[in-house]
Amino acid sequence: MKFFEDIAVGERIALGSHTFTADAIKAFARRFDPQPFHLDEEAAARSHFGALCASGWHTGAMWMRLMVDYQRTEDAAMRSRGEPVARLGPSPGFRELKWLKPVYVGDTVDYATEVVEKRVSKSRPNWGLISIRNTGANQAGETVISFVSAAFVERRGRTAREAP
Amino acid sequence: MPRLFWEDFTAGQAFEHGPRRLPRDEMLGFAAEFDPQPMHLDEAAARESMLGGLAASGWYACAIAMRLAVDAFIHDSTSMGAPGVDEVRWLLPIRPDDAVLFRATVLETRASRSRPDMGLVKFRFELIDGDNQCALSLVTSLMLGRRQAGSAGPALAGQTADVGSAS
Repeated sequence: MKFFEDIAVGERIALGSHTFTADAIKAFARRFDPQPFHLDEEAAARSHFGALCASGWHTGAMWMRLMVDYQRTEDAAMRSRGEPVARLGPSPGFRELKWLKPVYVGDTVDYATEVVEKRVSKSRPNWGLISIRNTGANQAGETVISFVSAAFVERRGRTAREAP
Repeated sequence: MPRLFWEDFTAGQAFEHGPRRLPRDEMLGFAAEFDPQPMHLDEAAARESMLGGLAASGWYACAIAMRLAVDAFIHDSTSMGAPGVDEVRWLLPIRPDDAVLFRATVLETRASRSRPDMGLVKFRFELIDGDNQCALSLVTSLMLGRRQAGSAGPALAGQTADVGSAS
């Protein structure tokens, strides 16, 4: 993770893509969102979705996974260059999440993120707070998910190893 | 036949479900699959983090709220899915094996402008922890099938209602 000071508003990161299989869609739905159109092909065909589709929470959670994978890769590259790596704190939440299109079996969602705002945290002055707009687009280029999330990012030279 | 149609929801109505214990294995399993950050998986790293100890991924908390919403009332409704989530606030960490109570409160209901067979219900979903504190709060609208198709509004009046398309 880059330090708060090194993150620029407007910066865009391609996070990579994920293909949603029927097995994974159903496994997620059985645990967390057992509605017929996420669990069963025939019931989904009768629903207004027309075919089995992923829980929107599954589409969102997969963004998180690709974001974490991206950060790990970036951290490793920074360490290999001998650069200090900033800590990423927890997120206070997100807003304006839109599930714009269903994610059907076999769809490949390409995720990206863009920095839309940054400010120093009022409550934790050793940390900055960044807002990012996260999107996922299917293989036809249609945006299927969009939301704006926030996260704490360490400021350069402000924190020792202890948490604020 | 589902019992709850769009017409059955009114502002102020609340549904509760649980409390449900969130087993360590499930919580860490979710983190390993979807959010493998040290604060969700590694005791020592989590103690040093802002969360002060192992805590659930926020996405796990949302997924649990969804599951409890299904168990509380969606399973018995004409749910047609959800267009999105206005806001999610991760207010307090949820620890392994914590038990959470789910509460859904209806904030408003409105007919769909484009689909006379459907209406929207805006809810606040909350997960309440063992100290009676709200750990997760989110606002989301669900699409629900109507018992009787209503007027679609002036722009779409005259269109044939598509009753029964809700699964």
